[in-house]
Amino acid sequence: MSALVDEQRLEKPPAGDYKLPRIKPHATSEIIPWLRTPKTIWCPGCSNGTITRALIDAILGLKLDPEKVVVVAGIGCSGRIAQYLEYSTVHTAHGRALAVATGIKVADPSLEVIVAMGDGDCSAIGGNHFIHAARRNIDVTALIFNNSIYGMTGGQMSPTTHTGDRSTTSARGNVEAAFDLCELAHAAGATYVARGTAWAYRQLVDVIAGGVAHKGFAAVEAMTACPVYYGRFNLTADPAEFLKGQKQHAVPADTFVEGESRQREHYPVGLLHHSERAEFVTSLARVREQAREEAQHG
Amino acid sequence: MTASPVLMQGNEAVAEGAIAAGARFFAGYPITPSTEIAETLSRRMPEVGGSFIQMEDEIASIAAVCGASLAGLKALTATSGPGFSLMQEMIGFAEMSQIPCVIVDVMRGGPSTGLPTEPSQGDVMQARWGTHGEHSVIALVPSSVYECYTLTVEAFNLAEQYRTPVIVLSDALIGHMREAVSLPEPGSLRIAERGIPDCAPEEYDTVMSDLDNILPRPPLGSPFRVHVTGLVYNRRSGAPETGDPEVASDLGRYLREKIYHHRDAIARVEEYQMEDAEVAIFAYGSVARSAKAVVKWSRAHGAPVGLVRPITLWPFPTLAVDRMAEQVRTIIVPEMNIKQMSWEVQAAVAGRAKVVDLGRVDGKLITPVQIEELVKSEFYYHDWEKS
Repeated sequence: MSALVDEQRLEKPPAGDYKLPRIKPHATSEIIPWLRTPKTIWCPGCSNGTITRALIDAILGLKLDPEKVVVVAGIGCSGRIAQYLEYSTVHTAHGRALAVATGIKVADPSLEVIVAMGDGDCSAIGGNHFIHAARRNIDVTALIFNNSIYGMTGGQMSPTTHTGDRSTTSARGNVEAAFDLCELAHAAGATYVARGTAWAYRQLVDVIAGGVAHKGFAAVEAMTACPVYYGRFNLTADPAEFLKGQKQHAVPADTFVEGESRQREHYPVGLLHHSERAEFVTSLARVREQAREEAQHG
Repeated sequence: MTASPVLMQGNEAVAEGAIAAGARFFAGYPITPSTEIAETLSRRMPEVGGSFIQMEDEIASIAAVCGASLAGLKALTATSGPGFSLMQEMIGFAEMSQIPCVIVDVMRGGPSTGLPTEPSQGDVMQARWGTHGEHSVIALVPSSVYECYTLTVEAFNLAEQYRTPVIVLSDALIGHMREAVSLPEPGSLRIAERGIPDCAPEEYDTVMSDLDNILPRPPLGSPFRVHVTGLVYNRRSGAPETGDPEVASDLGRYLREKIYHHRDAIARVEEYQMEDAEVAIFAYGSVARSAKAVVKWSRAHGAPVGLVRPITLWPFPTLAVDRMAEQVRTIIVPEMNIKQMSWEVQAAVAGRAKVVDLGRVDGKLITPVQIEELVKSEFYYHDWEKS
């Protein structure tokens, strides 16, 4: 093995023929007990509510012990999910959710830690935490609400705003290139990478469930509709039209042709990457074991 | 009861103190002159069943410490000035959401990269006011290797008792100095444990901490289904509530009073040869060592000089400073910064005594000779030489 190849980074395909979990959506009456409030601050037409429901559906579908579910969120529109969910929840600071989640998961590995972040949270102010959580392959799930813009502060460009797009801080069109968050996660070492849309609800539930069930760092990008800011400035202010746009532009991962179809709004959806390698919390436990053996045998 | 003496470095003593206090989580980022704390704990934490993580930066370090504490572990991080600045955002989060944790700042010359290997006391005001918004803070200042150990234990006790971040302000000199220390026997130290709330989970939202009964925060993943937030929240329900000025005022005042109300119980000073002192030296941390030497020299000359050494810099030891202001004619404040604490002393003394400051920012320790010069000028020549 080349000295340049880090053994920890060597991946292998998952054992057997891996298939995403198939979750049967739950009735609204089953979803509601997991919401603390019927009121949100999200705008009419926003897809964050859809993603919130998909997350609850996935948690119910996987039959997780609700007492052990911890949702950690950042700041922004998506961050508010923490105060709406009836699980143990932590609403942290902007960009810091993954770093807080790292401490939580290491301190108590029995917890199922799910991190909700916006695209700015994840890849701008929290970009460093994102790539390092992926590199460590820590067993948490990052659920990224990507609306391609900073919604809470009123529509400024984010690292996922495409070149040429307008926002309140790129009135003449964005001159920067956008991050592809899934490519970023994969390159940084995430062992589960998937993308879903608010349009395709059942697929969204399944890719979230797959991420939560995965042992290792899972990045799940949920494309959300933001008709009020991103849509109004760039596509359409009509929520239904916005979602129809997602239907047109989202291409199933197995039929997606790299290069040809990757344009402004064309992106692959579904499971994009899945592998196995050493998980961080497990490795730390091994170090503890080793230290104890050394102490016993001098 | 004490164990047989061992040769130990200040930073190692902090690490061992943390273990003795029951800390089982450390997250940090290497920075001179604090790095030995991380190095020691990377070895020691796994031995005691704890975890060490080297994070991607200091922001992540304090964030992970907050997370580990929320999950039920006693947790700490260690850094120096530039890293301490990066941590201020999440220290504010810990203040707001009342997360017990310990932050060790081994001070070096600044601002910026400054004098990375030389001691300083330039962060004493950063410790007090570094994070944004109204808040209270506890900061302890060790002046020996032994105190690096005992004050780290004390920092964890105070963090648990008041459910707040506590800062240990060491410096490059104390951190890198080696002394022979006889550590307290395990079991002889007071260790405050994290309790769980004394009520049913479903009642948790209806009981409320007050200043004399600060309820512990139940760990994540327990039957208490808590919401932790950096937003202004209702103290009773824990739910965010940003639209009600009364809720915001109640929380803001509570967070401040939580420490201020108890400041006389928290604040600790060492008063050395103060009984008949006419001139006092107010010195903390490594500088207090020079100051103590000056007190001894002055006494040898028959000059009544004493030392007031704050062990708790924040909350400010108002009672001790009041006593000193009523008693002495002059207070000399030597510190490795320019007037940071001497302003505070001056404000507290309020004209009752003369306050003379002695600052040094060249990365060198203030020497006894420097302090002695100022002390001498406070006495008539024949008084000084009469011995």
